[in-house]
Amino acid sequence: MTDLCDRTATELSAGLASGELSAVDLTESCLSRIDAVEDRVKAFLTLTPEVARERAVELDVHRATGAPQSAVAGIPLALKDVLTTRGIRTTCGSRILESYVPPYDCTPWTRLSGEGAVLLGKTNCDEFAMGSSNENSAFGPVHNPWDLDAVPGGSSGGSAAAVAAGEVVWALGTDTGGSVRQPAALCGVVGLKPTYGLVSRYGLIAFASSLDTVGTFTRSVPDAAVLLGAIAGRDPRDATSLDAPPVASDLDRGIAGLRVGVLDGTFGEGVAQGVRDAVRAALDRLDALGAEVGEVSLPHADYALSAYYLIAPSEASSNLARYDGVRYGFRVEGGADSMEMMARTRGQGFGAEVKRRIMLGTYALSAGYYEAYYGQAQKVRTLIIRDYERAFEECDVLVSPTSPTTAFKIGERADDPMAMYLSDVFTIPANLAGVPAISLPCGLDPAGLPVGLQFTGPVLGEQVLFRAAETLERDLGLDLRPPLLSGV
Amino acid sequence: MSEWETVIGLECHVELDTRTKMFCGCPNEFGAEPNTHVCPVCLGHPGSLPVPNEEAIRRIVKIGLALGSEIAPRSLFHRKNYFYPDMPKNYQISQFDLPICVGGHLEVELPDGTTSRVGITRVHMEEDTGKTTHGSASGRIHDADSALIDYNRAGVPLVECVSEPDMRSPEEAAAYLRELRATLEALDVSDVRMEEGSLRCDANISVRPSGSDALGTKVEIKNMNSIRSLERALHFERERQVAALEAGESIVQETRHWDEDAGATKSMRSKEEAFDYRYFPEPDIPPLAPASGWIEEIRGTLPELPRARRARYESDMGLRPEVARVLVANRASTDLFERTVAIGAEPKAVANWVTQDLAGLLNEAGTDARDSRVAPEHVADLIRLVADGTISGAGAKQVLEEVLETGDEVEMIVDRRSLRQVSDEGALGEIVDMVIAEQPEAVEKLRAGKQELIGFLVGQVMKSSGGSANPKLARELLLERLS
Ligand SMILES: [Zn+2]
Repeated sequence: MTDLCDRTATELSAGLASGELSAVDLTESCLSRIDAVEDRVKAFLTLTPEVARERAVELDVHRATGAPQSAVAGIPLALKDVLTTRGIRTTCGSRILESYVPPYDCTPWTRLSGEGAVLLGKTNCDEFAMGSSNENSAFGPVHNPWDLDAVPGGSSGGSAAAVAAGEVVWALGTDTGGSVRQPAALCGVVGLKPTYGLVSRYGLIAFASSLDTVGTFTRSVPDAAVLLGAIAGRDPRDATSLDAPPVASDLDRGIAGLRVGVLDGTFGEGVAQGVRDAVRAALDRLDALGAEVGEVSLPHADYALSAYYLIAPSEASSNLARYDGVRYGFRVEGGADSMEMMARTRGQGFGAEVKRRIMLGTYALSAGYYEAYYGQAQKVRTLIIRDYERAFEECDVLVSPTSPTTAFKIGERADDPMAMYLSDVFTIPANLAGVPAISLPCGLDPAGLPVGLQFTGPVLGEQVLFRAAETLERDLGLDLRPPLLSGV
Repeated sequence: MSEWETVIGLECHVELDTRTKMFCGCPNEFGAEPNTHVCPVCLGHPGSLPVPNEEAIRRIVKIGLALGSEIAPRSLFHRKNYFYPDMPKNYQISQFDLPICVGGHLEVELPDGTTSRVGITRVHMEEDTGKTTHGSASGRIHDADSALIDYNRAGVPLVECVSEPDMRSPEEAAAYLRELRATLEALDVSDVRMEEGSLRCDANISVRPSGSDALGTKVEIKNMNSIRSLERALHFERERQVAALEAGESIVQETRHWDEDAGATKSMRSKEEAFDYRYFPEPDIPPLAPASGWIEEIRGTLPELPRARRARYESDMGLRPEVARVLVANRASTDLFERTVAIGAEPKAVANWVTQDLAGLLNEAGTDARDSRVAPEHVADLIRLVADGTISGAGAKQVLEEVLETGDEVEMIVDRRSLRQVSDEGALGEIVDMVIAEQPEAVEKLRAGKQELIGFLVGQVMKSSGGSANPKLARELLLERLS
């Protein structure tokens, strides 16, 4: 027996369509779950219950007229707090934007809102999406519903935890180096990072523009396909956005004959035993389902982490230059002149990890170092793109763990940036190449924490990802209910 | 001076007068209430993204084609990073090593009638910044206790055109800027008003011993708000550098500010403190790859350029080179000339009116030729009425002055001011008889052979007629009666 808020969007949407349940029931179910667990999970930075209730009432009235409704209508949603919402404060998990209220909506929310989605609030995240544990939020960490002493992953930790805890049915996050997939893996939900450009970045507060993507957190693979469908496609406000390819109806086709390439390093040194075991079991199932499982390597993937930690901070150093206290946001008064005001504002407004990356990026772009660092990293990026192209000549999808470990304890890696950066070793290459990838739960480790499996597809190959992931999801039939929920 | 050779290169910034800004849909308009033409994009709000204005790209391609540049098959926007409060993102979207237009040249006509060819290094696209006003009792930056920023200009499309260091005198630099301005005006891409900042120019200048191939240390001069200030600043700077070198000093590579009132350049900052702009490719904008068909389509829209136009005026219309040059220097004059000729007026007469009388009056009134009320019909009527003797040349000038003020029709003004010449032999004959009667002494001397006194008597007739007599006819009648 599950509460409404624990079901998938696909089930709920059917229930709404048949009149079996109402948007108000659904919204209230999520709000009471939030009441029950939010003080322990701390997934949200801003809650919007009034807006949500109002919208739900409107939707029920609208549906009563017999008007057809979209698959996202009435389904409670959360947005990572790096996605702008008109009139609702958007902080990026940073002091510097603590009181910032955007004058406009991001395109993904414009589209969802237009289709009747119900916004319950804005979720916590690492400051400016920089981090893999959510501990870099200026407003305190998020707690993993599977283990309240553990991190939910990051940077979209709040969105992952909110979906895992049933506070919302689904959520949007952003993925620059794994920030959707890794927290999805650590919280036992499905996380999709689409092809770069498939979802508009207009209103996504930039961390690293050439890597940033808007992604989804859902309870099932079909839900991910529905949510992506609602937000994908070209946007005249984003010059890098792409047309969404037509959706083929082959999700039920199964995976017999599908060529699945297991990435080099899947069972490598840094991968925890519990993760290896769960992944191996999943690969056996793929084999049993008729997939042709083989091995494949991305020869330049070893350099991906280094390239990423030059490109992302370089872009960030420029993207974050606008936070200077002049036009909006936090300002430290009392400087002798505007330059001093700007310097003090930035000194006090940004947290340590953000400053670390701004300095790294500023250095990498400096005259005399540019070629050796940024230029070289871009070359690596080109090589990795070619590696993927070659791999997709032999394979339809690639598979690997999403994260080398399951959720780790809060504070455990806080003083070791390198160990933290290594959390993203399996997720970063897809961002460098712009290809889509999905993480789905494939079991629990001996500690009872979820393990994520990642499928990666070619550019605009979301369809094949959904097909592989859904087939496996159905076959595994996992019942993933965090221990936190046994008492509610 | 002849022992020293001057080397000058110019960097010009041109604001395009597109309907909207470079990367957002805000109106691109000069002079609006501060901060009324702004949006999340041009204010650099978090999450906003730039989308290039296709019309601006079309215009820079047009400029490149007119200057003979190669239009790059692939070019990139870069970010130029530096902190300044009137720059909303603290970086400017500009271009770096892959500009849209590469190379080119401009044929420049010098005051002595010779021409020179000035190379163009590159023409690239970028965005303008906002405008800061420092608030203080003295109005000076270092006493300021507040700064007000207007972002209406932030994100206005800006084209930067960089010349080769090919110019050898301030006069040549001024001629280059004049030719560039006329070209941009003919292309209809910018309103090129230096006083409003829609055309801005910085100069690099160095001197070297005549005959030397090595370049001297260059100095950059900023803040010249007219072609005349450019010329003055370059003269001053050339003399300053020569004097320094002759005194055995060396030139410091630096940026100097032209002080119009003091008539001198003043040191601003030296290159040692030069910024590291940390250029890198703008990730929010895909590379520009204009289709060759599109470029050819734009080439097809190129108008006749000033140089070709001057040649045509000289060869087909018989205008003198200096008249053609003045006529083509600004589009308002060219248009007025062309349209007046098109309605049947004689080209040389039109050219004289436009480049002399009209230009003089506009200059006196400080009116931009584009804002003048003078229409082709006005000029054609004036020429016709002078030619058929209806009004005198002096009367015509009075009419023109009033056209400038009121825009009224020529004949209306002629009547209102009673400028119609008395060309009726009967009426004029009475005045002539009266003058002969009133000036017996002059008449006597004229009859005695002092022919030059005819002018005096014609003057008397003019005076008695209140300026309305036809002087040619008055002269004829006087001679007829006194011979
Ligand atoms: Zn704007």
